[in-house]
Amino acid sequence: MTVATDDTLPATPRALRDEMIVFVVMAVLLAAVPFTKIYPFFVMQALCFALLACAFNLLIGYGGLLSFGHAMFLGTAGYVSGHALKVWGLPPELGILAGTAAAAGLAVITGLIAIRRQGIYFAMITLALSQLLYFIYLQAPFTHGEDGIQGIPQGYLFGIFNLANPTILYYTVLAGFLFGFLVIFRAINSPFGEVLKAIRENEQRAISLGYKTDQYKLIAYILSGTLAGLAGALKVFVAQNASLTDVEVAMSGLIVLMTLVGGLGTVFGPVFGAFVIVAMQQYLSGLGQWVTVIQGSVFVICVLVFRRGVVGEFAHFFRRSL
Amino acid sequence: MRGRGEICLADEFILETEGLTKEFAGFFAVRDVALKVRRGSIHALIGPNGAGKTTCFNLLTKFLKPSAGKILYKGQDITAMAPADVARLGLVRSFQISAVFPHLTALENVRVALQRQHGSSFDFWRSKSVLNQFNDRARELLNDVGLSEFADTPAVEMAYGRKRALEIATTLALDPEMMLLDEPMAGMGHEDIDKIAALIKRISAKYTILMVEHNLSVVANLSDIITVLTRGQVLAQGHYSELTKDERVKEAYLGAGHG
Repeated sequence: MTVATDDTLPATPRALRDEMIVFVVMAVLLAAVPFTKIYPFFVMQALCFALLACAFNLLIGYGGLLSFGHAMFLGTAGYVSGHALKVWGLPPELGILAGTAAAAGLAVITGLIAIRRQGIYFAMITLALSQLLYFIYLQAPFTHGEDGIQGIPQGYLFGIFNLANPTILYYTVLAGFLFGFLVIFRAINSPFGEVLKAIRENEQRAISLGYKTDQYKLIAYILSGTLAGLAGALKVFVAQNASLTDVEVAMSGLIVLMTLVGGLGTVFGPVFGAFVIVAMQQYLSGLGQWVTVIQGSVFVICVLVFRRGVVGEFAHFFRRSL
Repeated sequence: MRGRGEICLADEFILETEGLTKEFAGFFAVRDVALKVRRGSIHALIGPNGAGKTTCFNLLTKFLKPSAGKILYKGQDITAMAPADVARLGLVRSFQISAVFPHLTALENVRVALQRQHGSSFDFWRSKSVLNQFNDRARELLNDVGLSEFADTPAVEMAYGRKRALEIATTLALDPEMMLLDEPMAGMGHEDIDKIAALIKRISAKYTILMVEHNLSVVANLSDIITVLTRGQVLAQGHYSELTKDERVKEAYLGAGHG
């Protein structure tokens, strides 16, 4: 029996089509934000975290590797971008590039060490490396320790667009987010992504099929770290500072939280999770320390009730891939 | 040529071991095993529980490192090779617990294996639609093992016997020269056993097969030659008919109530 190949493959093309539709809706909604009364800085911050969570999700959701130190990429890119903009006086595009490249370099080095181990050991190595880096940044002169790098100039993107203008800044951050998101989306749906999923599902079997799984895991790790770095570099323009909070272990935990709330291994889950968590921090900030308690409760509820995350449960219910 | 029973002196044996030993802190799970697997044959490795079959198997596929001894595949020393490299030489293993990629469809399972030989597996910037070129071959392979109607079913939703068939299809996709099957019938019902046995028999026309089996009756009709292991050592070797007459085998194996 010969059947036309494309339309008889239900899972893949339908899933891709669904995801493309959701992507377009998401992009349109986000592009419309400056025309609404929504506070743009909240959305920009959420977008940076969304990209960060998506990068993290590429590693755990599709590669099965739990990194407990992803804040190191966010923080490193932030410091390097901040330093490049403020001290070296580089234009924004080069500042972003410098931060992202620094995160990529860091990912290569830490990746070569970490991917040799699996499961909890991998998580612990990434945690240890990020803590190591935290103490380096605490002591290093260029990070200004507890104070962080303050008052980072936003400058003119490509010498034309004034990033001090919130609307221009918003679209710049949105463009960065959409670019990073599409890179991840393509990576997931690429020949490489297929192998990565196979490794997540059954690494021993993938090895027995002749795949050198460490190489695939390393590439996924570097991609993830680099895009987390892009998020960190963009965040510098939004916050205009780079500080220790972005390298802290609590930040790494927050990334895990965002991804779990939205849905591990779903395309849009981390975006949703990041918006929920950032919104909670933004709009519940009047409650002070209670925000942490509420976050903890949300986490527990998610794990107990929405084990697949909010987007994951939704997709599962409609038997769709999102 | 790989015709069964054909003797070609230069490469009569596709896989050989010399003094293969695996020691776990003073305990010898496998001791001084010399195995010769004839090209084109179905060779079974049997023995009671704890005889060292699976350890031996893991040594051959490089998932364990031997404490001593040598493994030669097509005359090449593979003792120090990584498991993925051994697979690339055409020596491919299966697993005792059916090894499929549960959340990929049957077609995707086979495609992952087909994809490996075509070098595009690191391309994270290309659409996976380039993999559609493998769909026809994947369907052919699924058809060969009787799974054509399950192409789009996620492996996790398939019955146990079908998962094993899918695993074999995935292994065949690599176009191996030799297949190592770890208890292919483990945990199967009678009906499935017959189907998988027929499938193994059929594919053995093209491939050399070494399989570990717990159950003598399964290998009786299937194997050309049987090696019996007990306590990590080779007890006897020969055709089923010879082995059933062997007192030592009866005592160690059949006598133990596993017949």
